[in-house]
Amino acid sequence: MMVLEKRPAPSAVWSIAAPLLALLVAVVLGGVLFAALGHPPLKALYIYFVEPLTSFWSIEELLVKATPLLLIGCGLALAYRANVWNIGAEGQLVMGAIAGSAIPILLPEWNDPLALVAMLALGMAGGAAYAAIPAMLKNRFNTNEILTSLMLVYVAGLFLDWLVRGPWRDPMGFNFPKSVAFEGWHLLPVISGRVHLGLVLAGVAVILLWLVLSHTRAGFAVRVQGTSAQAAQFAGFSARRITLGVMLFSGALAGLAGIGEVAGVIGHLQPSISPGYGFAAIIVAVLGRLSPAGVLLAALLLALTYLGGEAAQLALGMPAKVAQAFQGLLLFLILAAEVLVHYRVRWHRAGRQRGSTA
Amino acid sequence: MARNRRRTSEEKAPGAAPAGAAAGKGSGTAATAETATDAPLLEVCGVVRHFGMLAANDDVWLSLKAGEIHALLGENGAGKSTLVKIIYGVLRPDAGRLLLHGKPFHPASPAQARAAGIGMVFQHFSLFEPLTVAENIALALDDAHEMDALKQRILQVSEEYGLPLDPDAMVADLSVGERQRVEIVRCLLADPRIIILDEPTSVLTPQEAQALFATLKKLAAEGRGILYITHRLEEVREICDRATIMRHGRVVEEITPSEHSARQIARLMVGADVHAVEAPPPADLGVPALHVRDLTLPADGPFGTALFEVSLDVRIGEVVAIAGVAGNGQRALFAALSGERLAQNRGAVFIMGHDVSRLGINARRQAGAAFVPEERMGHAAVAEMTLAENLLLTRHAVDDGLVRHRFIDHDRVRATAQRVIDEYDVRNAAPGRMASALSGGNLQKFIMGRELDRRPKVLVVNQPTWGVDAGAAALIRQALIDLARHGAGVLVISQDLDEIFEVADRIAVISRGELSAARPASELTREDIGLMMAGAHEQRNGGDSRRTQA
Amino acid sequence: MNGLEAFLLTVIAAATPLLLAATGELVVERAGVLNLGVEGMMATGAVVAFAVALMSGSPLLGVLAGALAGMVVVLPFVFLTQVLAASQVASGLALALFGLGLSGLIGEGFVGQPGVRLEKLHIPGLSDIPFIGPVIFGHDVLVYLSFFMTALVAWLLFRTRVGLLLRAVGTNHDAAHALGHPVRRIRTLAILFGGLMAGLAGAYLSVSYTPQWVEDMTAGRGWIALALVVFATWRPLRVLAGAYLFGTVWILGLHAQASGYGLPPQLLSALPYLATIIALVIIARNRTLTLANTPAMIGRPFMPER
Repeated sequence: MMVLEKRPAPSAVWSIAAPLLALLVAVVLGGVLFAALGHPPLKALYIYFVEPLTSFWSIEELLVKATPLLLIGCGLALAYRANVWNIGAEGQLVMGAIAGSAIPILLPEWNDPLALVAMLALGMAGGAAYAAIPAMLKNRFNTNEILTSLMLVYVAGLFLDWLVRGPWRDPMGFNFPKSVAFEGWHLLPVISGRVHLGLVLAGVAVILLWLVLSHTRAGFAVRVQGTSAQAAQFAGFSARRITLGVMLFSGALAGLAGIGEVAGVIGHLQPSISPGYGFAAIIVAVLGRLSPAGVLLAALLLALTYLGGEAAQLALGMPAKVAQAFQGLLLFLILAAEVLVHYRVRWHRAGRQRGSTA
Repeated sequence: MARNRRRTSEEKAPGAAPAGAAAGKGSGTAATAETATDAPLLEVCGVVRHFGMLAANDDVWLSLKAGEIHALLGENGAGKSTLVKIIYGVLRPDAGRLLLHGKPFHPASPAQARAAGIGMVFQHFSLFEPLTVAENIALALDDAHEMDALKQRILQVSEEYGLPLDPDAMVADLSVGERQRVEIVRCLLADPRIIILDEPTSVLTPQEAQALFATLKKLAAEGRGILYITHRLEEVREICDRATIMRHGRVVEEITPSEHSARQIARLMVGADVHAVEAPPPADLGVPALHVRDLTLPADGPFGTALFEVSLDVRIGEVVAIAGVAGNGQRALFAALSGERLAQNRGAVFIMGHDVSRLGINARRQAGAAFVPEERMGHAAVAEMTLAENLLLTRHAVDDGLVRHRFIDHDRVRATAQRVIDEYDVRNAAPGRMASALSGGNLQKFIMGRELDRRPKVLVVNQPTWGVDAGAAALIRQALIDLARHGAGVLVISQDLDEIFEVADRIAVISRGELSAARPASELTREDIGLMMAGAHEQRNGGDSRRTQA
Repeated sequence: MNGLEAFLLTVIAAATPLLLAATGELVVERAGVLNLGVEGMMATGAVVAFAVALMSGSPLLGVLAGALAGMVVVLPFVFLTQVLAASQVASGLALALFGLGLSGLIGEGFVGQPGVRLEKLHIPGLSDIPFIGPVIFGHDVLVYLSFFMTALVAWLLFRTRVGLLLRAVGTNHDAAHALGHPVRRIRTLAILFGGLMAGLAGAYLSVSYTPQWVEDMTAGRGWIALALVVFATWRPLRVLAGAYLFGTVWILGLHAQASGYGLPPQLLSALPYLATIIALVIIARNRTLTLANTPAMIGRPFMPER
């Protein structure tokens, strides 16, 4: 029988090894899954995980997909540290995209660098304001932020749908549900290929997260709140301010990711602007063990699952949903492996349950 | 005589495992008992139980006879609870065996133990608050009972043993004493031959404890064996026929308690002389460091206790203690003094002359106060954080330099944590170690040191030595007195009367959220305090309370 | 068939999956476990039920397969939370994401295929009574099952020893363990029951409500079911009332859309989600009701010392 023994202190080795072990098992299970779907497993694994890393173009594409994951993942990592479960980042992303797009759509004449800065600021404000709703409901009424933030995802999606089919539809767009195409300073400057300025901002977010968590009283307050609410109260930290703070932070970064996708990748508003980045970023945050460096690596890995999913679809005709299933599987495995950080696993033989004199 | 019996156990020890098993019932009982009528109900033979590297029980021997009240003594962590859990089938031993009525006995679950006639009254009540008394009792009985029949039996048993209970009451609404009655009746309904009680009196007033002793003597007289865990040595001398003393997982001695002084027994438990706390008489008392006037606070939530017009002065130079049975408003009082909860009105709490009634905990710290709550893990300290981080927990807003412009000076925090570790003799510690890696006593020393290091003018501490080994407890109590004598006002909230008499210059009693006037410790006896614990001073509940108070 | 009759029929149809899933989750939470993965279990149940019904031609077989699928897909959650004592919140989210992904993967080949519909029961005589017939006696077996299960759970929970054990475990797992009750086994069974019920809810969607497979066809119903349990303060009969309230809101939105009051259809589609938030706020304001009924152990991992 398997027996878990609590370690006196979390294992430093396993805190790094556990996510890697989870990844390894996920790859093996992925191979089994591919085989079950009737594909040669090794070839499929190569196409899924290795081939996307072999060309310059696809590495650029990896960075494009990692950008929103990294931004949102950083925000969620801070929120989850405080034990505030914002799972509505997808909705905050959409609201950020909408708010930021107000400038190119409503004020198309204003097209200079300042307009772009305003777009980004509005994007962050939109995401933050939308995240403030579940935060304030939690603070005021003690409603569960998991449920409220998630409900708001559906509402945001419907709002965007209404906008691009209604008031914000491009009048010259042949009735397609999309806004006018953004131009000039309404688009994010490109670094290389399709990689845009958002990647730099994501890098800044990682550094900011590190600084806040490791070196500021605010970050300390977040960590105390997340491990023990009563100790946080004893330390004089306000649970409400922390809840609101981390929700605003994570909402702002999700909003930034949203406007980044619209102004950096898509170039206009349309009913669907994200393949579930807001949900995948939950996995990024958890896989990265809520730490800045971990989030960085996890974002790249999750970006690879998107890219590999596309490659496998093209090369092997595999269903597009394989990426999402794989992401969910990965999250399961990380949570299982996480146990190794806090517990030692011992195996008892079933026969040896009593004293030898029994 | 006690020594003799111990020696026979030891003689039996080496050959016990194989020989005892082969010989079976006859030799097993004959080896330990002098006469046939003395045959033990239960024997524990060389039980070993490990938790990871720690040997919680290391070759433990014990015998319990019919009709006796047998004390199991030892410090926290000596292995008493582990042994009891093995007997009750919650844990299984790694080696060794149990004999019940001379026959090998290996309960794989509490249900099996209960079926074999073993009952248990738990230390931390194993009750279900939102369920009724009858439902709670049904959960401990293995034969599914018809509820109405069960209620009848509850009433019957509770009457027989003088333990009045309402089967339909919700446990959440019961007092601590009533809850213990539920536990005992629940245990008695199964008609056990062996009853184990784990620290039953730690939550009772002296008078309630006396009532319990009467019940226990009646049960023993019926031929049941009672295994009684406690750390109150006077109690043991009063009611126990024999006592087994454990230390570091081993049995060190089996004695007849009435033949030893409490001090001698304590020495056996600790394994060394415990330094007596020295309390020089307070010099001229200074100004009130802590002044509380008509502090009223509503209950937080359905199960909380409200505070009603609490008034108190703690002057520079003295230690004032608040006695009381758990659950009478101690937590609410601590929270109201620390500022974790705010009184509704101004003018209720003054620290060094400043009205802090409407200020939070850090503002009160800045005014010169320090606080040590009851719960170490999850309130006073965060288990999953390092000692350095735990230092910062209460000092991020008071000390110049640990946090500057919102940024943490890690070097300084570490240096301060190291200083606390060195000065307050925190063993097995380093600034980078997790709080969870420390023993209870060492962590408590660190938590006390964290506050004392600030040289506070007011210290409010709730249960300063709860679950702490005797050595550390003596050190902490001495530190409290020294702090007061060096120019601070110290308020100790405690349920341990021994501790209170050891440290306090004046004593007040809290009961159902009301606080009695504080009186000099030298004028009070345990019985006085017991009466006050039962609510004699209360204005709202007690009838002629005002006269008693005067 | 008049307007009221049609309206009631659609309300019943909209409420049934919510009732099934929420009743299952209620049992899980009463045992002290928070399983946020209802949406994932529901989606898996839906796609498996659809596929099996289509391939076997038997919608009933599909329903059984959907229920089974709900129980199978919840197994990783059982392992994580009961064996490894991992965070229930994170494990539940993982289950939600995994179940949705898996359902998309399984259902890829079934998109757009016409499904097999579960027959409505026809009780000769009774079902032919005007109005009362179709509204009360004219449903498929899952509708009746949803009522039966709710009644069964209410009875089990408050009238039997099994229910007492379940509530005890959800109230104080340490005490239950100390008394020798198998905390993890009881919880595992409760979680499996939750999986079964969520699978049934999904099956209802894909073989009865709209007999087809569309990706994400659960449309947040699993999450709403979770909210419903909170809204009902963990009481089975209040879950029943809540499910029908939400079903009504859902259908009102659709009706308003169809009758075209000039309101944007997206706003009406958003109604159930907004109503969920409002319901959570309303119930949270009544703190005593919530506090008195919340299973105290909810979300807390349990690891016995061994």
